[in-house]
Amino acid sequence: MSDVARASPRLPPHRERRGLDASWLVLQVALFAVIAGLIGAAGYNAAQNLAKANIAHGFGFWNNTAGFDISQTLIDYSSSTSTFGHAFWVGLLNTLLIAGVGIVLATILGFVIGIARLSRNWLVARLAGGYVEVIRNIPLLLQLLFWYNAVLKALPEMRGSIALPLGGFLNNRGLFLPKPVFAPDFEAVVIALAVGIAAAIGWRIWAKRYQARTGEQMPIVLPALAVIFGLPFIVFVVAGKPLTFGIPDMGRFNIRGGLEILPEFAALLFALTVYTAAFIAEVVRAGVLAVPAGQIEAAQTLGLRAGGTLRLVVVPQAMRVIVPPLTSQYLNLIKNSSLAVAIGYPDLVQVFAGSVLNITGQAVEVIAITMAVYLFISLVTSLLMNFYGRIVAVAER
Amino acid sequence: MKRLATAFAIATVLGFAMQAASAQTLKAVKDRGGLLCGANGQLAGFGMPDPQGNWTGFDVDFCRAIAAAIFNDPTKVKFMPLTAANRFTALQSGEVDVLSRNTTWTMSRDTQLGIDFAAVNYYDGQGFMVHKALKVASALELNDASVCVQQGTTTELNLADYFRSNHMSLKPVTFATLDEALKAYDSGRCDAFTTDSSGLYGSRLLLSNPSDNIVLPEIISKEPLSPAVRQGDDTWEDIVRWTHHAMVNAEELGVNKANVDEQKSSTNPEIRRLLGAEGQFGESLGLTNDWAVRIIKAVGNYGESFERNVGQGSPLKITRGLNALWTKGGLQYGLPIR
Repeated sequence: MSDVARASPRLPPHRERRGLDASWLVLQVALFAVIAGLIGAAGYNAAQNLAKANIAHGFGFWNNTAGFDISQTLIDYSSSTSTFGHAFWVGLLNTLLIAGVGIVLATILGFVIGIARLSRNWLVARLAGGYVEVIRNIPLLLQLLFWYNAVLKALPEMRGSIALPLGGFLNNRGLFLPKPVFAPDFEAVVIALAVGIAAAIGWRIWAKRYQARTGEQMPIVLPALAVIFGLPFIVFVVAGKPLTFGIPDMGRFNIRGGLEILPEFAALLFALTVYTAAFIAEVVRAGVLAVPAGQIEAAQTLGLRAGGTLRLVVVPQAMRVIVPPLTSQYLNLIKNSSLAVAIGYPDLVQVFAGSVLNITGQAVEVIAITMAVYLFISLVTSLLMNFYGRIVAVAER
Repeated sequence: MKRLATAFAIATVLGFAMQAASAQTLKAVKDRGGLLCGANGQLAGFGMPDPQGNWTGFDVDFCRAIAAAIFNDPTKVKFMPLTAANRFTALQSGEVDVLSRNTTWTMSRDTQLGIDFAAVNYYDGQGFMVHKALKVASALELNDASVCVQQGTTTELNLADYFRSNHMSLKPVTFATLDEALKAYDSGRCDAFTTDSSGLYGSRLLLSNPSDNIVLPEIISKEPLSPAVRQGDDTWEDIVRWTHHAMVNAEELGVNKANVDEQKSSTNPEIRRLLGAEGQFGESLGLTNDWAVRIIKAVGNYGESFERNVGQGSPLKITRGLNALWTKGGLQYGLPIR
């Protein structure tokens, strides 16, 4: 098999032999000082030049009133009282929202397509292959514009809205759903949900230990679901149903009330999901192909069927190969979400590096902050993924 | 060492030097042999290339006037289409010599961006355009309406202010360019479209069904449009400022493209000073004494340029209104050339 005995190398080989010594430490410190010095000099130079050209500089703009409205705000925001700092947080939350939902959906779709491509069914495999090849090779901006124009043009205008069951509306201004309004008693239901999840996890751990000890399998899925859904439901009924819905209703121009999902959000989500899923599919396919054929044969000898082989033998071993490139795809998705500028979705770049930059004129500070934020988000994501990678790393024999 | 080299390279890129406001713009333009003009690129009547690729428009004419004053050739201009987002950065960094792009003169822009505004060449105001089918007669009926707007403009801020002060709720849909905002309005994404009133008439022509849209009567803000230059170069600022006033004075005095040659021998002392028959006013700007003659020969006087680009001689058919001469009830007032 391979020579690499550990899941992730730490120090390069020659360092392993000599360990951390003085000359290495001095070099690190000196290099850090030089880089910090250069960055500091660049910043100082920029500030001096801005002052000489009479351009406002510094971060004082953060606390000035914004004055403009944003179409989707996850926190309270008002054009008259909110500051540019508030606008920054609104944009950041919108970016995190689309990135988070996009990552989840793209992963699911990517895994399905990737494994479908390896299916023994000829038609399924070819369809998945076709999907990957087509989607991978068309620029994301074009796909995004396609989704936005296809999504918008296909939906009816406000007056001809499609009325959905449960009182929702669908038109080219968005999807309007009844908005849940939580009474204070709802906290009890949330606590019950947390207790239910903890109980389900605890049950699973106990059942696995029992199986290891006695070989007898206890039912896991059904009792877990019963506890996770049943317990909060009982508490909900007992607390007197502390949940009402704000029904959206048609005004003169727009629909009032209700939960609004913007078509810009939907278009960006579809585009990011479909595009990134094609790349994730290839990553998954690579991971599955990297599992030695002997493992699959051994699983079949033991009597495992296709589903069991995949779930218990192939995927756990494939994850070691899948996780690093998967991290890259997640980072790509997060950065690609900045294309929201092209369709008017108020993400961080659109709100902060667009509106705020233009109103204050302080391009240097705004772009520096935006770059730093994206860097931070990406570093955190890759840190979490590396941590996860180390957990799922399976030592090879 | 390889690591240090890469670090050095990155830091050098980081340590950009902003071009300090130089008093040498006129010299740079002359050496280059052409003027770099920041224009709109998407606004009919003000700055847009026609189907053959020639730039035409009110702001475009202004840049051609400056080029004519310097080079005696109105074609020695290169136009750079700029969005609302990058127009100021392009001017600050030296990519363009003058920004002639329907930009509103506001205090914060004057004081915080390191730029100066030369002269108001168009008094405008913000208005709304709505679909006729909505049966809206006034902007005050737009409570809860979706409005398509371009981001990073005074338009965005004025819109929020107007709705707030009239206790109406607003659903803004912002786009990076005017083009995209207009397309979204056309497709029904928004009930209303807002920009400067002059832009509304031009944009309406670009819609799929212009007659299905009406411009509401309310003007909700003051938008004095003015060309802008970098701070610190007074000679250049003077050239840009007095180009405008030369054009306005020409209209006041009845000098136009057709009669400018014979007017050179006029006995009217104001005309003589304007056209360089008396005085050294051109040379005081660093140009030649027939600088105004060159301008008028190239683009005509203020009224001619207005009518040709946005007035009765154009599809927009905007009336002079506030942009009439002060003697005719408007605000265009030529500062005395003496």
